[in-house]
Amino acid sequence: MIQTLIKNEPVIAEKKASYPKKKNNKIILEIKNLKKNYKDVCAVKNISLTVTQGEFISIIGPSGSGKTTLIRCVNRLIDATEGEIIFDHKNLLHLNNKELRQARAKIGMIFQHYNLVYRLSVIENVLHGRLGYKSSLRGLFGVYSDAEKEKAVEIIDMLGLNEMIYKRCDQLSGGQKQRVGIARALIQDPKIILCDEPISSLDPSSAKIIMDYLVRVQHDLGITIIVNLHQVDVAMKYADRILGIREGEIVFDGSPSELSKEKINEIYGTETGELILD
Amino acid sequence: MMNAKQEYIRRTKKNKIITNPLTPAKLGIFSIFSFLILLTIIGFFTINSKGMVINKAIFEALEGFKNMFFRPKSTRFDLAEGMILVLQTLALAFITTLVGSGFALILGLLAAKNITNEKLSNAIKMIISFIRAIPTVLWVLIFAIGAGLGAVAAVVGMSFHTIGYLVKAYSESFEEIDGGVIEALRASGANWIQIIFQAILPSSATYLLSWTFFRFEINFAVAVAMGAAAGAGGIGFHLFNAAGFYHDIREIGVIVYLVLAVALIMELIAIRLKSIYHIHE
Amino acid sequence: MTEKPAKKNLITPKKFFKKNKMQLTIFFISLILITWLTGAFTRFKAEDMVRALPKVGAWISKNILPVKQEKTILNGIEKTITVLDQKAIGKIPKILRELLETVLMSIMASTTAAFLSFIFALMGSRTTRLNSFMAVITRIISSISRNIPVAAWAIIFLFSFGQNSFSGFLALFFYSFGFQSRVFMETIDEASASSVEALRAAGASYPQVIAHAVLPSSAPQILSWILFMIETNIRSATLVGILTASGIGNIFDIYYKSRQYPTAFLVILSIAVIVILIEFISNSLRRVIL
Repeated sequence: MIQTLIKNEPVIAEKKASYPKKKNNKIILEIKNLKKNYKDVCAVKNISLTVTQGEFISIIGPSGSGKTTLIRCVNRLIDATEGEIIFDHKNLLHLNNKELRQARAKIGMIFQHYNLVYRLSVIENVLHGRLGYKSSLRGLFGVYSDAEKEKAVEIIDMLGLNEMIYKRCDQLSGGQKQRVGIARALIQDPKIILCDEPISSLDPSSAKIIMDYLVRVQHDLGITIIVNLHQVDVAMKYADRILGIREGEIVFDGSPSELSKEKINEIYGTETGELILD
Repeated sequence: MMNAKQEYIRRTKKNKIITNPLTPAKLGIFSIFSFLILLTIIGFFTINSKGMVINKAIFEALEGFKNMFFRPKSTRFDLAEGMILVLQTLALAFITTLVGSGFALILGLLAAKNITNEKLSNAIKMIISFIRAIPTVLWVLIFAIGAGLGAVAAVVGMSFHTIGYLVKAYSESFEEIDGGVIEALRASGANWIQIIFQAILPSSATYLLSWTFFRFEINFAVAVAMGAAAGAGGIGFHLFNAAGFYHDIREIGVIVYLVLAVALIMELIAIRLKSIYHIHE
Repeated sequence: MTEKPAKKNLITPKKFFKKNKMQLTIFFISLILITWLTGAFTRFKAEDMVRALPKVGAWISKNILPVKQEKTILNGIEKTITVLDQKAIGKIPKILRELLETVLMSIMASTTAAFLSFIFALMGSRTTRLNSFMAVITRIISSISRNIPVAAWAIIFLFSFGQNSFSGFLALFFYSFGFQSRVFMETIDEASASSVEALRAAGASYPQVIAHAVLPSSAPQILSWILFMIETNIRSATLVGILTASGIGNIFDIYYKSRQYPTAFLVILSIAVIVILIEFISNSLRRVIL
């Protein structure tokens, strides 16, 4: 299945043509009445959300609107104050340590600043994605099976990083670092990948490459993608569904075609004038 | 099934993929750590511990700690006198930091590569690293031969090491200044003095202040030590007497608390200074 | 695209002086005031210092070198020649032996303290702490440990462990522990916070996070701090040695008090050479590992 990704054909056109994609409507993630307070500041107020398998959801909103908090609440990097997060039929907020590790292993994550161990090589960073499946001891000494290593090589190749496989990550360009981040998420064999501003630190051409890879992952592997974005135009181009968040609340939930200028104004409030939309 | 490009992948003889190739940095870190641990073990076997019975000593130390930290009591000075003694030590630290930073500022400017020439810079840096290599207590004792034990020897000796420390810190701060600023002023016809006062000092002021304060913190600890080991007076001298002559662990407790209080306050001020100026070393 | 925040706020000289003229004036006035006060307080007079300096300089240059003047008769004419002070030179093996012990002691103190410091740093760091209660406790202990001057530690241990190298080792150990805990904590937060987050998100357990994110990303910096601590400890060991009558500090004290200044000078020289040597070795090692 992964093979199809190696071909370099533009999937986006194909994808846009077949939109709306047939969905199997299997619910993969359900968020109910989620709240997160920081001392007395409320970052996320009462968000409810249902995500079906294979969706490409993009979350937009002004900075400080709670996008990052919301996405980090999903895999409990931030513990929510109240509410339910149901993933794979389990409420993540009620899991013990071991169960949480098992759940997190099925959720990939990609970060704005890549969050790699820069002193280690590409392949070592990619294999870190397997730690969630290992007993503490085997993982501690970095004992990976041959199958895992082969898969790592395959994914690295797929993302066009095979020349870099033994390079230290601090020697890579920003776009290459983010591709290592994607590889690390993919080797987890995730059902869902969370992306927190994945292209905010990249130049436009690297950003496009990263977004194209994410679309391929969704299209060809059927992995659900939830991505925080700063750029409304990018969100409209790539996502199936857009969530607009303002002051910790969902103010828009619909397809890109439903996102009118007025709606954007509503999401971004006074910041609209400063937005560049082309 | 495998049609991935494989030419970059290294494999072992058993055709397994190598995932953690050995790099010079990894090898270096591993061997230095091992070497240090080896030396430590050798050290434990060869250390001179004459006249020490380990069990008894540990027991006594715990007893001593208990008396020191939980039953502090001084018979030879009251709290007000104790505070004056600490202030005396603090004053010694202050004056040496001041004298030291004054000289260090001039030498630091002369030692910065982007301000003077490379030859002068290297010469000063070499002399300075020699001065820095000799511990403060030795500087104080050297000066005490000529000037007699007391405040003068302490100030001169402590200032010497302070200069050694601060010249390095200052000149490195100067060298980090964006070359464009200096160039712009030079292009507009500013002379050396103007460049220093208009560009170099203002743009490195926060770093200088932070380094100087950091040295002030060190100098306080040094001043306590000089009181104990080199007759510089203040609280350190009483610390030495309480241990050497009166064998009064409870009085040591009072002194340690006084010193600790000042040191903690200074550390808090340093943290505050850092957060105000956003300095990350 | 979001803009990257500017790395350093550029302060133009004009802006700086306008904004800070008032502050600067206050700063310098209070500086002068405090100086005057401290001068009175410590009974230290600047003119004393100025007067003493040349005297000390002259004395040092005449008396401290390990040479002495000897009168000999050469070709029937009496001459004064400079020869090496054999008594001082003969002490060199003994000095080197003590120096070796001091170096070993400094390495021992830094290395053993580093293990404890690393555990404390893990507990106290924002990135890797288990809970905030433990974090506060570890931070308090390490803060006390580094803020008690090394001289005070030496005197405290002198009390129960007696006049030997072990007391000196313990003094250096406690100070090193406090200092290293703090810098290790900062290193862990700076170097590994982001990768720790990523590994946690992937479901890695706490020990795995330490082994695969914290150790690889902070080990070089930590090692660099240990090397720095060894340098510092060799200098402190002299002081500690004078107080606990051990190591290089002790033999310096003996020669100093018995006025064998040329020999004492050789001790000073040997310390300076070893410190510079270790600084040089550390700097070359840093180039390899960083």
